[in-house]
Amino acid sequence: MAKMLMKGNEAIAEAAVRAGCRYFFGYPITPQNQIPEYMSKRMPQVGGTFLQAESEVSAINMVYGAAGSGARVMTSSSGPGISLKQEGISYIVGAELPCVIVNIMRGGPGLGSIQPAQSDYYQATRGGGHGDYRIPVLAPSSVPEAVELTIKAFDIADEYRTPVIVLGDGMIGQMMEPVDLPDELTRQLPAKPWAAGGRGAKPDADGADEGRRAIINSLYIDPQVLENHNIKLQGKYSRIAAEQLLFGSEMVEDADIVIVAYGTVARIVRSAIRLARAEGIKAGMIRPITLWPFPEAPIADAAKTARVFLTVEMSAGQMVDDVRLALNGARPSHFYGRTGGMVPAVRDVLDQIRRLAGAGQSPAIKEVLV
Amino acid sequence: METQVLFAGFGGQGVLLMGQLLCKAAMHEDLEVSWMPSYGPEMRGGEANCGVVVADEPIGSPLVTEPDVAVLMNRPSLDKFESTVAPGGALLYNSSLIDRAPKREDIRVVAVPCNEIASELGNARVANMVMLGAYNALTKQRPGGAGSGAVPNWMALRPISLESLVYALRATLGKEKERLIPINQKAMEAGARCV
Repeated sequence: MAKMLMKGNEAIAEAAVRAGCRYFFGYPITPQNQIPEYMSKRMPQVGGTFLQAESEVSAINMVYGAAGSGARVMTSSSGPGISLKQEGISYIVGAELPCVIVNIMRGGPGLGSIQPAQSDYYQATRGGGHGDYRIPVLAPSSVPEAVELTIKAFDIADEYRTPVIVLGDGMIGQMMEPVDLPDELTRQLPAKPWAAGGRGAKPDADGADEGRRAIINSLYIDPQVLENHNIKLQGKYSRIAAEQLLFGSEMVEDADIVIVAYGTVARIVRSAIRLARAEGIKAGMIRPITLWPFPEAPIADAAKTARVFLTVEMSAGQMVDDVRLALNGARPSHFYGRTGGMVPAVRDVLDQIRRLAGAGQSPAIKEVLV
Repeated sequence: METQVLFAGFGGQGVLLMGQLLCKAAMHEDLEVSWMPSYGPEMRGGEANCGVVVADEPIGSPLVTEPDVAVLMNRPSLDKFESTVAPGGALLYNSSLIDRAPKREDIRVVAVPCNEIASELGNARVANMVMLGAYNALTKQRPGGAGSGAVPNWMALRPISLESLVYALRATLGKEKERLIPINQKAMEAGARCV
């Protein structure tokens, strides 16, 4: 099929449909409105259900219900709405249910602005709600990658029975790029014997289903039982960390300066690196594609050959904490960020690279937050 | 090679569509493209713009902050974006609605009376297609004489054919509005003659 020119938001929605998503619950907020708009049109066409809830809190609890019954289900929002969903997300984690949550980030805190930002990194990668948990976070840097990762998000969610976040920013949501959409999913989706299918869904030999009910629950009153549940969850997170890490590595082998950036910012960094290389500066990039699990080992490996690290984000400095944990003091780590919906220009990033290139072995460069 | 183009004007002038048509035409010729709109709380009559990158290699940043070519449909756009055009770049402006000449002397400037030409053609709504035709003709120009210095980006990338733009238009309008193809094509051809 010929490539189609699609907006990121619409491409994410269509990818979800082709991944077998048949339930979408959401509430409007810019810059992700094209996702629910598209789903409102598309869900009825594929025999699915679209519902605009009265709030984000309702929407996430509808997701909880649909996931508990075994459906492939998605919701989407932007920062303020994702904050409202956190209680429900924690419950879904506790009940071990699969779902996909899209956050097309905008400037914060508060209502902030509607322009692109990456300031929900902490919220996404540290769980976000209450309790000890992690959620796999996939961060596309292009519209085609958003398609690929949205489909992957559903598969990871089902495989580990966990919510998965697709984390983009306003640029990914609003921009158009050519995409190759995969055909409608034909493979068999994993069986969900744990799902609550209603009376008669799990008949035993006598045709009765008493004693074989699916219980969807996140309440464990007995501390030992809850600790056991937590140990089980942590085991799952160890498996996800070992099995689902994704990152990109570009010109890192001979790099003197390694830049760490994700999402659309990685595109800006890529352009800056091309210009820096043309000036003879050996710069490279590690691009986390999963933000959790985070590519700690690849960054630690790069520290064996690179002299200095620079993290670039549309935030006041969030992912840079993970870069520092990965480096564990082995190399100097610098940061450049813009906030509030301001997007770093290629030229700004190039200037930062030049400063680090000119600084020789000196670790004296001050951190910059413009 | 890549060319960064900014299309700007009032909401309703079809500036976002111009960018999309350029993208679809370039895709038809196997070039890489990205399209990034300004998005804000504006409504019809407010500012609208989009940045398009066309390249023969994978595109890095999709942001257009220093366009090689600025395509400006109204006065506020000229006031806002004239200074952002890359040195050696080009600026096309809608001289039907813009009542001052651009001041830059280090860029190629082309006046296109989009609305007047569209009215003469009998459909005021094709003003944007007049401008798109002018843009397309501009990118077909090549530097004259040997050793005339660095070739600006907007000249370096292989140009897109008018046929591909018509293809993009056809793909966008669909069967229902196919009858509008001839007037739009005429508008593009008339615009091309302004360059």
